[in-house]
Amino acid sequence: MTTTTGTPGDTGTSGTAGAYAPRPGAAPLGRMITAQALLETKMLLRNGEQLLLTVIIPTLLLVLFSSVDIVDTGSGEAVDFLAPGILALAVMSTAFTGQAIATGFERRYGVLKRLAASPLPRWALMTAKTASVLVTEVLQVVLLTAIAFALGWSPQGNPAAVLPLLVLGTAAFSGLGLLMAGTLKAEATLAAANLVFLLLLVGGGVIVPLDKFPDAAQDVLGLLPISALSDGLRDVLQHGASMPWGDLGILAAWAVVGLAAAGKFFRWE
Amino acid sequence: MRSEPVVQVQALVKRYGTKTAVDGLDLVARAGVTAVLGPNGAGKTTTVETCEGYRKPDSGTVRVLGLDPVRQGAELRPRIGVMLQSGGVYSGARADEMLRHVAKLHAHPLDVGALIERLGLGSCGRTTYRRLSGGQQQRLALAMAVVGRPELVFLDEPTAGLDPQARRATWDLVRDLRGDGVSVILTTHHMDEAEQLADDVAIVDTGRVVAQGSPEQLCRGGAENTLRFTGRPGLDIASLLKALPPDSAAAELTPGSYRVNGKVDPQLLATVTSWCAQHGVMPDRISVERHTLEDVFLELTGKELRG
Repeated sequence: MTTTTGTPGDTGTSGTAGAYAPRPGAAPLGRMITAQALLETKMLLRNGEQLLLTVIIPTLLLVLFSSVDIVDTGSGEAVDFLAPGILALAVMSTAFTGQAIATGFERRYGVLKRLAASPLPRWALMTAKTASVLVTEVLQVVLLTAIAFALGWSPQGNPAAVLPLLVLGTAAFSGLGLLMAGTLKAEATLAAANLVFLLLLVGGGVIVPLDKFPDAAQDVLGLLPISALSDGLRDVLQHGASMPWGDLGILAAWAVVGLAAAGKFFRWE
Repeated sequence: MRSEPVVQVQALVKRYGTKTAVDGLDLVARAGVTAVLGPNGAGKTTTVETCEGYRKPDSGTVRVLGLDPVRQGAELRPRIGVMLQSGGVYSGARADEMLRHVAKLHAHPLDVGALIERLGLGSCGRTTYRRLSGGQQQRLALAMAVVGRPELVFLDEPTAGLDPQARRATWDLVRDLRGDGVSVILTTHHMDEAEQLADDVAIVDTGRVVAQGSPEQLCRGGAENTLRFTGRPGLDIASLLKALPPDSAAAELTPGSYRVNGKVDPQLLATVTSWCAQHGVMPDRISVERHTLEDVFLELTGKELRG
């Protein structure tokens, strides 16, 4: 117990005199944001469905498709093709699907409303959410990279080129996830976020190479944020490219459009 | 102490589409406990949520602790505590975890352990919010409203759905807050809650304050009160009336059952009993019917409080 702490009476009807005497004040911003980010991360890691989405599915796909030759991944080791795609999937599962579902239900259950009346500013809440997403992604990347190495992955290229891809990918998926969570009903967000996850998993170059699709479809699918992220990561990690500017451009465009739309249309209640 | 208003609402209008929820509402709340009393749909929650900064008035002005809740919200929010009518907690969070979190957002919070003990939330243990009982969820929301040691607390229907024991615990906490100088604005549709807790009651109906004052003032201001007794049939009403103050009325409703209307005070009660003594009458079942807030409400609006 610290010296700034009050001690309300724990029994009886009168309480300790002065225990509730007003002493208002906001905590320092850094403390608020840290506390908020930790709580959000804890809520995510405690949620079984979220773990399924962010950890178990990417891990299973990586292990399964690396060891069993189901999909033709082109020349070279399957894991060299799959690992970058699975990293892209991990980013999408956390920044888009997970964040959309969690935020949708926070909105539905009045959590966002209650926090809006607390000393925590809205921008600080969004900062904390982003920090929580980034922390989760770091845990995912560490885990999935370790598994990929165990499966014989030999990545190329410069890790410094991977970082802007992950950051812009996170920004793009966060904008789209928050747009969904802030405009649809929680149940609709839950259904739509899972459906989009599944569709982009199949049609976004994660485990199925885009060149398996017809030419016309390839042109369109290549503009999806998941395709840009998996293609960009593959350019660097599989083919040793220095900086995939085209994919970064696509992700930046999605990030700008998604975040701007979320900022404009997000409803807190 | 009761001089500076903590809340000042002037001519507040708030519409949702074509529905007018608040229709020119005026309310001044000073230090102490103010109850906003009214039936469901009267505009209580909209009024309180405008004070909390959630809604922008369509017209009129709202000042809370002298601040504009929308434009000066950042300055206001650390100074107020808010209990929503429902929800407000992560469905996967435990009670103590959520309360500790809200405490961390404030500079000088109350001791969380003691508050949990005080409100009987210790038994929640590791249960997550969605599995708590309605009463436990209510008490957690109350704890979250006070843990930051605010100057002013807004409680929206704080005892709705609570059992009598939990209700009493909530009332005790409100009294302690008041005793320690915290102002409280609470909405309720229980007139006993307003009578028990409030220094000041604002009766709201169809988006307006129709009467405001202390519970005593409101009850005095209405119709006359009633005194009833039973005795042998056929007492001399004319003689009784002569003994009573001039503006009183008396009648034998059914044989042996009498009613006196007027300003029912100790003096009138003494007059009736001494008249009975003079006439050899034993006034059985003598009772005084005090005018309640429920009666006041019925007179002002023509509606039952709990519709």
